[in-house]
Amino acid sequence: MAEEVVLMKGNEAIAHAAIRFGVDGYFGYPITPQSEVLETLAEQKPWETTGMVVLQAESEVAAINMVYGGAGSGKMVMTSSSSPGVSLKQEGISYIAGAELPCLVVNVMRGGPGLGTIQPSQADYFQATKGGGHGDYHLITLAPASVQEMADFVGLAFELAFKYRNPAMILADGVIGQMMEKVVLPEPRPRRTEEEIIKQCPWATTGCKGRKPNIITSLELDPAIMEKRNLHMQAKYEEIQAKEYRYEEIDCNDAEYLIVAFGSCARIAQKAMEHAREEGVKVGLFRPITLWPFPSKPLADRAKQVKGILVVELNSGQMIEDVQLAVKCSVPVEHFGRLGGIVPDPDEVIDALKNKLIKK
Amino acid sequence: MQEEIIIAGFGGQGVLSMGKILAYSGLMEGKEVTWMPAYGPEQRGGTANVTVIVSDERISSPILSKYDTAIILNQPSLAKFESKIKPGGVLIYDGYGIINPPTRKDIKIYRIDAMDEANERKMAKTFNMIVLGGLLKIRPIVSIDSVIKALRKTLPERHHHLIPMNEEAIHIGMDIIKEVKE
Repeated sequence: MAEEVVLMKGNEAIAHAAIRFGVDGYFGYPITPQSEVLETLAEQKPWETTGMVVLQAESEVAAINMVYGGAGSGKMVMTSSSSPGVSLKQEGISYIAGAELPCLVVNVMRGGPGLGTIQPSQADYFQATKGGGHGDYHLITLAPASVQEMADFVGLAFELAFKYRNPAMILADGVIGQMMEKVVLPEPRPRRTEEEIIKQCPWATTGCKGRKPNIITSLELDPAIMEKRNLHMQAKYEEIQAKEYRYEEIDCNDAEYLIVAFGSCARIAQKAMEHAREEGVKVGLFRPITLWPFPSKPLADRAKQVKGILVVELNSGQMIEDVQLAVKCSVPVEHFGRLGGIVPDPDEVIDALKNKLIKK
Repeated sequence: MQEEIIIAGFGGQGVLSMGKILAYSGLMEGKEVTWMPAYGPEQRGGTANVTVIVSDERISSPILSKYDTAIILNQPSLAKFESKIKPGGVLIYDGYGIINPPTRKDIKIYRIDAMDEANERKMAKTFNMIVLGGLLKIRPIVSIDSVIKALRKTLPERHHHLIPMNEEAIHIGMDIIKEVKE
């Protein structure tokens, strides 16, 4: 079959990729700027083709608990929302992490705090990468920077989620969700059969005929057992941190300055980098693709050759903390961010680079 | 080739869909494209704009500081974007409702009275295609064939009988666009 190239929004790509990847269920509640995920699923009617369940829940809290239930039975289930809605989901996400279940949560971020604005933001970095809900846990967090990655990361997120029995998050923003680009969608594949699910997920509540019941819970009142569970989860997180970090470097080999940015900011920063290079300033771009696990080691290696790092984010300085931890004060690390839904243009990034790093 | 375009006007003028057709036409020619709307709680009558980039190479930022070409369909958009056109770039504007026309001397300025033309010919719904025709006359970023292909691909089949009217609108736009000279 010839490769089919289509033009669509990032949000639409998420929906199409989910159907094609054989996702069993989507539970969500509309909120700008990600409503096209649910809208596209409703338009595509996958329940008539793959049998995928698509349900508009009565609230975000209901949606995440439907995901919890579906994930407990080994199904490939997901939800999507934007910042205020993802805050509502945090209790459920913590339970899912505590019960060690795989699922996908998509956050197409908008400006906050509170109801904030509907314009793009990256101010949920801390929430996504440092837990979000209560307890010692992490989400595997993927940060797409293109519509193609919105499509590709649905499959990647589920692969990682099932591999580690851990919830995964796609952390996008209003720019990536709302813009249209070319995308090649994944080849359609059938949903897993019940037999395949039982084989892949021996821990799931798939009916206990002929075996001991599986119990899915995050509750354990004996602290000695609860500590063991926590230690087991921490060991899992260490393995993920060692094996699963992903990043992209653009023009870094001869770079004297480095911009670190993810998602939409990485795209804007790349343009700034191109302009800076035309002026003779050797700038490279380091783009974390996984925000957790953070690509600390390759960033620390790259930092050795540069005079300074500019972290560009749509927030007041969140990922910069992980950058500082990674490079351990070996080079100056400065921050440039716009807040509350304002997206900078490439010229602002160049100005920040000159004023905060190069002129010093 | 890389063409960085802003299309700006009132909501309801077909600003976003014009950008989408342009982007889709680029896709038909195997080019790289991005379409980035200023989205918001806007509705008909509010302001709307979209950044479209058509390129032979991978596109970095979908958000730009400066544009090669600006298509301006109302006064507020002219005030916002005239200064953001690269020197030597192109400004195309519809004269309808414009009290303070553009003043820059270092860019090429074209006027297309598409609103009047569309109303006179009772083709109001193809207003944006008249404007697109004007753009393609000045900046042949994509071929008309590709635009027709894009329309066929993006319009639901029940609307395919409207494609000839859209093609006519493109040709009208090509005919009526005029360079504004001092």
